[in-house]
Formats: sequence, C-alpha cells, structure tokens
Amino acid sequence: MDKIPRWADIFLVPFINLVLAFAASGLVVLAIGENPFDAIYYMIRGALGSTSGLGYTLYYATNYIFTGLAVAVAFHARLFNIGGEGQAAVSGIGVAVVVLAFDWPHWALALPFAIIGAGVMGAAWAFIPAYLQAKRGSHIVITTIMFNFIGAALMGFLLNGILKNPNTQNAESIGFGPGAHLPTAHEVLAPLGIAFSKSAPLNISFLLALLCAAGVWFLLWRTRLGYQIRAFGQSEAAAKYAGISSVKIIILTMLISGALAGMLSINVVMGEQERLIKEFVEGAGFVGIAVALMGRSHPFGIVLAALLFGMLTQGGFELLWEMPAISREMVLVIQALIILFTGALDNMVRDPVEKLFRRIRKGRI
Amino acid sequence: MANDSVLGRLTDAAPAIELRGITKSFGAVEANKNISLKVSKGTIHGIVGENGAGKSTLMSILYGFYKADAGEIFINGRKTPIPDSQAAIAAGIGMVHQHFKLVENFTVLENVILGAEDGALLKPSLAKARAVLVDLAREYELEVDPDQTIENLSVGHQQRVEILKALYRQADILILDEPTGVLTPSEAEHLFRILKNLRDQGKTLILITHKLKEIMNATDTVSVMRRGEMTATVKTADTSPGELAELMVGRKVLLRVDKKPAATGKTVLEVRDLKVKDSAGVERLKGISFEVCAGEILGIAGVAGNGQSELLEVLGGIASASGSVRINDHQLDLTGRYSDGQSRRARGISHVPEDRQRLGLIMDFMAWENACFGYHHDPKYQKNPLMMDNGAILADTEQKMQRFDIRPPNPRLPAHSFSGGNQQKIVLAREIERNPDILLVGQPTRGVDIGAIEFIHQQIVALRDAGKAILLVSVELDEILSLSDRVAVMFDGRIQGERITAETDEKELGLLMAGMNVEAA
Amino acid sequence: MSFTKAILGTASALAITATAALSDPAIIYDLGGKFDKSFNEAASKGADRWAKESGGKYREIELSSEAQREQALRRFAEDGANPVVMTGFAFASTLDTVAPDYPDTKFAIIDMVVDKPNVRSVVFSEHEGSYLVGVAAAMASKTGTVGFIGGMDVPLIRKFACGYVQGVKATNPDAKVIQNMTGTTPTAWNDPVKGAELTKAQIAQKADVVYAAAGGTGVGVLQAAADEGIYSIGVDSNQNYLHPGSVLTSMVKRVDVAVFDAFSQGADLTTGFHVLGLANGGVDYALDEYNAKIFTADIKAAVDAAKADIISGKIKVHDYMSDNNCPIE
Repeated sequence: MDKIPRWADIFLVPFINLVLAFAASGLVVLAIGENPFDAIYYMIRGALGSTSGLGYTLYYATNYIFTGLAVAVAFHARLFNIGGEGQAAVSGIGVAVVVLAFDWPHWALALPFAIIGAGVMGAAWAFIPAYLQAKRGSHIVITTIMFNFIGAALMGFLLNGILKNPNTQNAESIGFGPGAHLPTAHEVLAPLGIAFSKSAPLNISFLLALLCAAGVWFLLWRTRLGYQIRAFGQSEAAAKYAGISSVKIIILTMLISGALAGMLSINVVMGEQERLIKEFVEGAGFVGIAVALMGRSHPFGIVLAALLFGMLTQGGFELLWEMPAISREMVLVIQALIILFTGALDNMVRDPVEKLFRRIRKGRI
Repeated sequence: MANDSVLGRLTDAAPAIELRGITKSFGAVEANKNISLKVSKGTIHGIVGENGAGKSTLMSILYGFYKADAGEIFINGRKTPIPDSQAAIAAGIGMVHQHFKLVENFTVLENVILGAEDGALLKPSLAKARAVLVDLAREYELEVDPDQTIENLSVGHQQRVEILKALYRQADILILDEPTGVLTPSEAEHLFRILKNLRDQGKTLILITHKLKEIMNATDTVSVMRRGEMTATVKTADTSPGELAELMVGRKVLLRVDKKPAATGKTVLEVRDLKVKDSAGVERLKGISFEVCAGEILGIAGVAGNGQSELLEVLGGIASASGSVRINDHQLDLTGRYSDGQSRRARGISHVPEDRQRLGLIMDFMAWENACFGYHHDPKYQKNPLMMDNGAILADTEQKMQRFDIRPPNPRLPAHSFSGGNQQKIVLAREIERNPDILLVGQPTRGVDIGAIEFIHQQIVALRDAGKAILLVSVELDEILSLSDRVAVMFDGRIQGERITAETDEKELGLLMAGMNVEAA
Repeated sequence: MSFTKAILGTASALAITATAALSDPAIIYDLGGKFDKSFNEAASKGADRWAKESGGKYREIELSSEAQREQALRRFAEDGANPVVMTGFAFASTLDTVAPDYPDTKFAIIDMVVDKPNVRSVVFSEHEGSYLVGVAAAMASKTGTVGFIGGMDVPLIRKFACGYVQGVKATNPDAKVIQNMTGTTPTAWNDPVKGAELTKAQIAQKADVVYAAAGGTGVGVLQAAADEGIYSIGVDSNQNYLHPGSVLTSMVKRVDVAVFDAFSQGADLTTGFHVLGLANGGVDYALDEYNAKIFTADIKAAVDAAKADIISGKIKVHDYMSDNNCPIE
C-alpha cells in the first residue's frame, strides 16, 4: 500500500495539486483579461504580506481548524457530520449566554466558561442526530443537514426575540462587556515589541485551535476512546466482534465533533464580533469538510489545510481590492477550483505520481 | 465439434494451451515470474500452490482479466493474444469462478444466453439455448431445470449453470477456480464425474485448488506454483500428496495432526435449544443443543451457510438469540447489554472468527493495535485511566509475534500487509494467549498456506491438551476429521447428527452434511 | 448572475475605478451583493449616476463575510477614500467602533443611525411612503380588505406595515388589513414561492390589494397578484413595469438619491441624522405609463392630498421604530 514515500504523499502531491489549481484559476483570470501572475501575487501578498493580511488569514484558519477537526473526528468513526454549520451557529448561543450572564472581571475567567458554553451547545446540537443514528438508524448525513436548518431557524427566533438588541435593526445581541474581550494578536504581541495590525481579528482563539488539534491527535491515537473510535470507523463489524458499543461510539464521537465545531464561536462571536449575530458561521462548517478531506483527517494536515483555506479567503478578498475587474463571484470560482483540485481531484495527481515513483524505483533497482 | 477435438487428441498435434515466459508484476510484487506451461488437449490439469503463489493471476492472464508484462499465449498451437475476456471466449476458453457470476433472479436459460444473445429479440436465442442445454445435459450429466431461477438452485446446481454457460459459448478449455469450496462431498464427487465426462469428450480442463486430495483424484497432470514461479509439472500418477505439499511449501510438511487421545474434563459449554433469527426474520438456528467439555475439540461440520456462522456469532457476543447457553454453569445473557463481546470475554470465551479480515482484524490498523483488539480494556494495556499504554502493547505484540512465528515480526506493519496465514496467527495469538476456558474457532485455516496450517493446528491441539474446551467450525471436512474429538454436523440450522470422530468417516459425514438422516453406527 | 453580465459589470467598474485616487468616494455593498435587484443595486445606480454626472471616480467592494465589514471600512479609510458609504443596517455596530479611529474620514450609513461626529446616518421615512400607498390601496379596494406581506420580521418592516395601516384606516376606517411576514431569517428576503403562497392565502381572505415589502420575495407576491387578477404594490424601486395593469403603484425608496447626495458632497459631507422623506423626495409613490390606467384620478387626488398634508405636517404618521409600537393594527 505504501506506494510512495511519506514526504511525497504529504507535500509533493498537494503541491502539484496546488500548482494545477493555480494554473486552472489562471486561465479564468486570463479569460477576463487580467494577468494571472499578478492575481496570484496579489492573493499571496494579501494573505501573508502584511500583519493585517496575516491576521485575517490566521483568523479564518482558526475557524477552519475547528470545523475541520470536527469533521475529521467524525470521519474517524465513519460518520459524515455535515452539521458543523448548525452546531457552530447554535454554540454561539452558549457563548452569548455565558458572556452576557455575568459582568466578567477578566477574559481569562470568562474564556473557560465560554468554551464550556460553546462546547455544550455544539455538542447538544450534534447529540440529537447522533442519537437518531445510533438508536434509530436515521442517516446522520440527512439529520445533520436538517439540523443546520433548524439551527438557523432557532438563531433567527432567539435573535429576533429574547436575545435581540433592542437598539438595532439587525438581528443581533447586545455587545459583550469589556471583561469578556479576548486579547487580539495586536494586544498580545505589542508588549513583546512586535507590531501587529490592530484591525486584524486574529485573537488567542488561534492558540485554542492549535490546542484542539493537538488534543484531537491525543484523543485518536493515545486514548482508549480514540482507539475504539478508529476501530469502529474502520470496521463496524469488527468493532461489534470486539464488543465495542456502536451506540456509545456514535454518540460520544458526535458530541466531541459538535463541541469542536462549537469552538468556532469562541473565535468569531467572542473574539471578533463581541456580540452574537445571526449568520456568523458563513459556511465555515462546510469548508471544514474540504479541510478535513484535504488534511486527510489528521490534525496536522488539517492545520495546514486550514491555513491554505484561510489564505484563500483572505487572499481572495484582497484580489477584489487590487483587481476590480475580478468580481466576488470570480473569486469564488477560483477558490472552488483550488478546492476541486486539492480535494476532489486528488487521485488525478496521485496515480501518475505513484507510477512515476514506481518507475524511478525500478530504474534504480 | 466433438470429432474435431477427438481428432486433435489423436493426432496430438499441439498442446491446447501453451504459455511461454509469462511475467506479471503488481508494483514491486512479481506475481508471475517467467512461467511456461503446456497443457495437452483432453486432459485435466491441476494447478496447486499456496495463497499468493500466483495461480489466480496466471489464470486471470489466460482469461484476459490482466495483461501480462511479458510472455506469449498459444492456443492449439496458434499464438493468441488475449487482451480481454471477449478474446478469451473467442479463443474457446471458459472460466468458472470461485464466486459465481450469475444473475440471481434470472432463470437458468436467461443466465446462459446473457451476453451471448443472437439478436435483439430474446425468443430465438432462448429456444436455441434450450435445445443446446438438453444436449449438454445428456452428454455430460449436467442436468439443470432451464426454467428455474438461480436463487432457487442449490450451490452445486448453480455451479453447473456456470459450466453450461461456458460450454454454450463453445468453450474447449475450461478453467475452474477452487470449484469445490462451496460443495458438499457428494456434490463435489458429482462435479468430478462431470469433469471427467468433459475430458473424455475432448475438452481440456484446468483445475485450480489447494486440496491435494482432489488433485490426486481428478487430474491427469499437475503443476505446482510457489512464489510466482512454476516449480514443477508432473504426471499425477507419479506423485504423492506429501511430495506436492513439499513442492508447494519448499520444505517437508506434516499433513496429519499428531495428537494424543483427549483427556476430557467437566462440561464447559452447554447449549440448549438455541434459536436465532436474521434481520429478515428467517430462522437461521432452529433450536440446537450440544456440549463441549474441557480438554476436547468439538468440530462443527457442514456446508457453508447452514447456521455455523450464526452459532459462532451468538457465542461470541455478536448476534442475539433465544435459548440457553451456560459456561461453567453460568448462564449467559443472549440479548441486551451484557450479551456483547466484552461480556463474553469476561466469561473466559475467546473467539477466532470465521472472517478474520472483516471481524477479527482491523485491516488498516497496525499489528500491535490489532494484538489488543477486543482486550483494549485490559488494565495491563492502560497507562492511566485516559491513555493506552502503547509501549506495553508493542512489547506484548513483539512477544506474541515471536511465540507464534509471525512474519515479518514487525508490530508496526498494518494488518493488510501480512499474508493470510500470518494474519490468522495474529488473531490466534491474541485469543489463545488469553488462556480462555473455551476457544471458538471458525475456519482456522481458510486462505492460509500449508506451512501455517500445520502450525495453527498444533496450537489448537496444544490448547486442548492444556485442558481447554474448543469449538471448531470448519467447512473443510479433512480439518474437522483430523482435529476434532467429536463431530456435530449442521444442516439447515439444525444439528443433523453427532459422531465420535474415530467412529465415523467422510462418507457418513458427507451424507449428514447433505441433510440425509443416517442412523449412528 | 450571468457570466456576460458579470464581465460587463466588472468591466464598467474597472473603467471607473482604474484611476481612483485619494479622497475619491467609496461604497461598500452588503453581503447580498451589488446585483441584488434591490437595495444594493439601487445604491450602485446612485453611484453610477454620480460618476456620470460629475465625471468623478469612485471605489467599491462587495463583502463576502462578516469579518470583512471592519476590514473594508478600515481599508477604505486608510486608503483615503472620502466619504465611505455603506448600505444596510448590518454595518451599524462595526461603524460604531471604526468611525472614531478615522476622525478625518466621513462615513455615511444608509438605513441606520450611528451617532458619531463623522457619520451621516441616512434614514428614510418609509412610514410616510407606506401611508401614501395605504391610501391608494384603500381607494382601489372593492372588498374593503387589503393585504400586507413583509419580508423578514424586523422593526423596519413593521415600520412599513404600520405606515400602510395608518394610510388605509385614514381613508376607510372599516377596512381590514391582513398582515403576514414571510419569515424570521434572511432567506425571507428571497423566497418568491412563499410570497406567492401568502398572497393567495390573503386573496382567499378577500384581500384585493396586496403591498409587498419583502425584497426578492415581493416578486412572487406581484406575480401571484397578477395571476389572480388583483392589485399589488411594489417597494423600494419602481416595480410598476413588472405587471402593467396589476401593480397599482410602488413605494419608492430612493437609496440611489442617498448615495448620490453623499458622493456629491464629497469630503465635506454634512454629518448627523439625515432623514429622507416625502418632503425631500427620499420616498414617494410611483406613477408612470404602466399604472396610469389603474391609478385613477380619484386615487391620485387622495394620495396627493395626503402627501401635501404630511409634508405640511398636518398629518403625523406614526413611526413604529420610534417606540416599537403601532397604534393601530
């Protein structure tokens, strides 16, 4: 099975994918009469070229790490959690309730409780589909998708009702107090003498995301629960033979998955918006699926993939500034092409690379 | 047609099949290395070899499934490239696969003409096929009701349909891949009669099998393959099973298991009126009762699909049932929370499942992860309440690999990169090392090479001699006869008869397996 | 949006912005996108009109995520764009924090009030315009029952409804007004199928004039009304042409005027509360060749009289958003 070296699997194949993706996107850019190399340059410079750009890139990446991990954990139990979007949205309620309930004296005190609030709500939103899958066999893809809609409706109901800020048109809660303000990259790095953009929304949630990635790795490959999750995912029949309860694994896995998706609201609701708004997830739950696929469901790969997707989101927006001829929809096309090449068309590159390696090896032997 | 081949046989002009220098590799693995083979017209030629020796690859090349990297194929002396199975059929080659390729809800006639219709309308084809089928049936003892649907036919009859399909396509050369795996002894006997008829009518047959006894009984010549190479081709009459086994494995092999008489102790497992329904509500076990004592091996014989799998699943905690099962006088739960695999293990039951790749192992897990599978709650594998002690499991696995001679002895390799025999040894090591009160073993040597079979059999007998109870389920009658102290034959969800192994023989068991009522001698 | 349209749209944008220099005005479209056939599109028309008439250049950006609101605001301010106009009330909280950081930049927010010294808050007296079409609806109705279909249930839409009801009741105190909101999520702005269903339900309750204040959902309302042979009233832009003879009139809200005004004043933009009402042409009813036949002289007389009274202050239309309450249902 190990047909190509690990480094080629992890770096070379994705790299070729990326090059192809940029080539295809370049044709699109060319078609509207712009210089594709400039476009790539603007995208990369926009994503990484300034602390502001970097701050946005990492901010988006933080979201994608959370949702990517959520999808990946479920993947390992062969559960396809499409509900990251809804779980993240509903978890915002947990954050808002926790943060608004008290006049927090310090963020360090508020954060653990906000994490619990977000995790509990995200997990709760994943629990019902998980229960239905485990006990009733209702397919989790269907139920989690449906729960995305129910979650959106619930958010609408609450933000137009009891959670609504009466002083605004927008369906949003009142602003969080200064005691729950999470330190931004600017605030953290300034005392160290590092000047980081003040406007970039990057905040300490990024560290939480890295911590979660490490935690997911630990869970899957160091704990008994992780062992059971992986065994169940690889072969449900074998898990049954080993006496691993499918009900327990499905429910626990989905709770963890939902809680991870819920962490997104720490970054967005608590870290950036500092209020609960209605559609703050903005598709990150679905991007998480692509991130998990591209990261091969491994936390390390997910962090890398999330960085790439963060770059695409931020770089794509920069492209709008620098190349007015490129519309928002065009940027979406370019992003989609990159996802297509790196995710869905992976085998298109992998097979020839494997063949090439085989030939190289034969030549040597 | 018959005249032609008889003529061909008489003149003995050219071999029906000649392979020259066939080479085929998959990645780094060379499945066939420069193989040459001649098969004369009107003979039955056996090909034996361990799993992975390259038999199936060679036949797949001959039938056009794979393309050889190098080498040539001659059919009746004429060089014939075979790029796909259409070309193989055109060259007069037919193949009967191990797993039948029939449309379950079509009739025999419809299956026979499938892909060989003469025109857009079915009726003329069906009429023609019916006439041909009647002729073939008379000629070769290949009777099948042409209007019956496949799902209503016995396995033996389904196989006849496969043969008829090939003959209808005017095959002169017939390849049979492990044809007796699913047959009762009497069905197998009938099959060999058919094969001999076909040979006598001038057909050429290639029989792939791992059962040396069939080779000895049915073939004229035999080729042995080992590790992708053709190690020998001999006249069957000039060889012996021992010599063939040695050629296959590359060393001397003990074909018979040496064992002392059983020293039976108290009853360990007591099963009473066990009933199981499958998900469709069909009763698969219809009330069976038996006992297994300490220090004995009870063999469960039967054609696959007569309830043996369900029996193992219930005892192993995979399926629920009704009735009563007692282990050392302790009543087992047959449904609910405490009928799972963990509860069974806690009661001293170890289970080597029939399908090790689906149940016994996680194929993508590394050997060490598999070596604690099912026992992952054992405190000795835990570092603390949260973490598993991977180091301890690795060390434990290394020991097991040494003791059971598992190769390569690398606990970090995934299960799928071990051979069938070594996979089985991983499972066996895991289950036997638990020192269970009773060991459930299903098909312990299915897909396992001869060298490993010997070792596995020895381990099972050793466990018996250590005073443990063993329930052995196997469709290989030879295995049952050589290992077990008592035999119970299952048919249609019931125990058709129980015999002391020393007091019965293959023929009697074969009748029981076919569902006959036989008075105990 | 079709590909060619995207090309044309972006190409024209390119022509305008290619040489954008310091202190050019800038506009930020909300998540709905520039070509939303409604609010944002109206705003872009105002910007285009300004560019054409003044020969000036402006910059624009379409958002695709919430986090980009602040990013876009700061970016424009730092690049020296002045004034920076944004469409939609969703910008309020962000602008509230960003505006103080750029005291030299003028901001204009449409449809919302942000109380900062360098911000112009443009709001429309939708209740006044709605009152006028309410009068028209009451005049045109034969059954004495008229309908209102709102988009998402937010105070702004209740403001429309409340003004409408006041106009209806002032004309015919016995008239009945059936009110429905399409939903509570933003999808309610773009659900023409549900709009059509609600319309049919209202028709079943004898409504024969239906006022749609529902964004894209309104397209379905107008269609259903035309199919069933009753009158409808459009909103925001002039929708009379959609179904001539069925669309009684439209309550036009001149978002383009707001953008045009802000751009015209440039860096000297007057800040503070800026109401666009009947008096200064920010809201109005629409009369053109498409509804000339059905918008009878009687109706026009009544509506114009009400309009004059509102402008003069003789009629005070209650603004729902002033106390989140409507005096009459």
